[in-house]
Amino acid sequence: MNIPFFKYGLFGDDVSLVVAFVIGIGFGFFLERAGFGNGRKLAAQFYFNDLTVFKVMFTAIITAMVGIYYLSVIGWMDLSLVYLNPTYIVPQTIGGLLLGFGFVIGGYCPGTSCVSAVTGKIDGMVYLIGIVVGIFIFGEIFPLVSNFYNSTSMGQITLSQLFNIPYGILVFAVVLMAIGGFAAAEWAEKKLGNKIVEP
Amino acid sequence: MSSTSNEVQHGTKPYWNPYLSGIGLGLVLLLSYVIMGRGLGASGAFSSLVATGVNTIAPEHAKSNEFYNEYLADTTKSPLKDWLVFEVLGVLAGGFISGALAGRIKKTVEKGPRISVSGRLLYAFVGGAIMGIGAKLARGCTSGQALTGGAVLNVGSWAFMLAVFGGAYMIAYFFRRQWK
Repeated sequence: MNIPFFKYGLFGDDVSLVVAFVIGIGFGFFLERAGFGNGRKLAAQFYFNDLTVFKVMFTAIITAMVGIYYLSVIGWMDLSLVYLNPTYIVPQTIGGLLLGFGFVIGGYCPGTSCVSAVTGKIDGMVYLIGIVVGIFIFGEIFPLVSNFYNSTSMGQITLSQLFNIPYGILVFAVVLMAIGGFAAAEWAEKKLGNKIVEP
Repeated sequence: MSSTSNEVQHGTKPYWNPYLSGIGLGLVLLLSYVIMGRGLGASGAFSSLVATGVNTIAPEHAKSNEFYNEYLADTTKSPLKDWLVFEVLGVLAGGFISGALAGRIKKTVEKGPRISVSGRLLYAFVGGAIMGIGAKLARGCTSGQALTGGAVLNVGSWAFMLAVFGGAYMIAYFFRRQWK
């Protein structure tokens, strides 16, 4: 198998946009199924009432991670053709902190606010407007922050390369940590009285 | 709990088991990697939108700005004819389909009982703006960095993910009136 298909030229740019739309449908569908169109449910993660955000995110990450690893081990997928966002460690960490602030204050992240807005939540729609304004502010101040934005570049790098630990061992370790985290989350939810947020 | 009577009255179905929705989401992400060699995203689509808007109103200004230019570089096509823009259109469609099938489409404002609607909407706007700035600084959001990079053990994505949870827990206490 020649995976990823697009990188082997199985189809062109126009078809890739159709693929994008179909993949987006799946993405939006499961976000809404999980309850991620609801800001109360998302924010509850940060008050330890409902740990669905953690559970869904890490289930998704280990599902995709194990799948990608398996496909590369059996030789069907060329990992070197997979896009790896280059690491700029300090701006990405500061950006992450800002996202965390925005998450608690606004109740969503960009993907979940789309699902929120389209299912009728006014706060999700206002949040989307906020994102557009935020990106515009960033664009306008870009000349001032571009040095910082491009600082602490580490190139395209995986945790496996950084810590010099075989990729497969790390995959296994992340799965174990996630399962431990799930057990802790279930325990914490029961301990705190099962305040799961419903629609 | 009133959820049982709500189900009967409004036909609103409960959310799925988190592990089930997580597996679904993970398989969509895996499929994206298998077909395209790239993961998911969200904030990038809004960057294309903003760059297009600025370019329409003030083309000279947009061209002189490195950030907007990144989205306008290919002059042979519209900057909105972009993979992430189409993916996000799909997210809107998929979210609507799921919400409609579960009877969860309802005009409402999600908030805790101790904050006014206008207060909540102000927070939503401010939070969205902070998120927009943060996502651009981090070169991606929860989708493009945490999920997508997390699954391929990307260093920056994992640092980003820890920072998102850290930042949120750091300030959650001060915003509890909005949610609890």
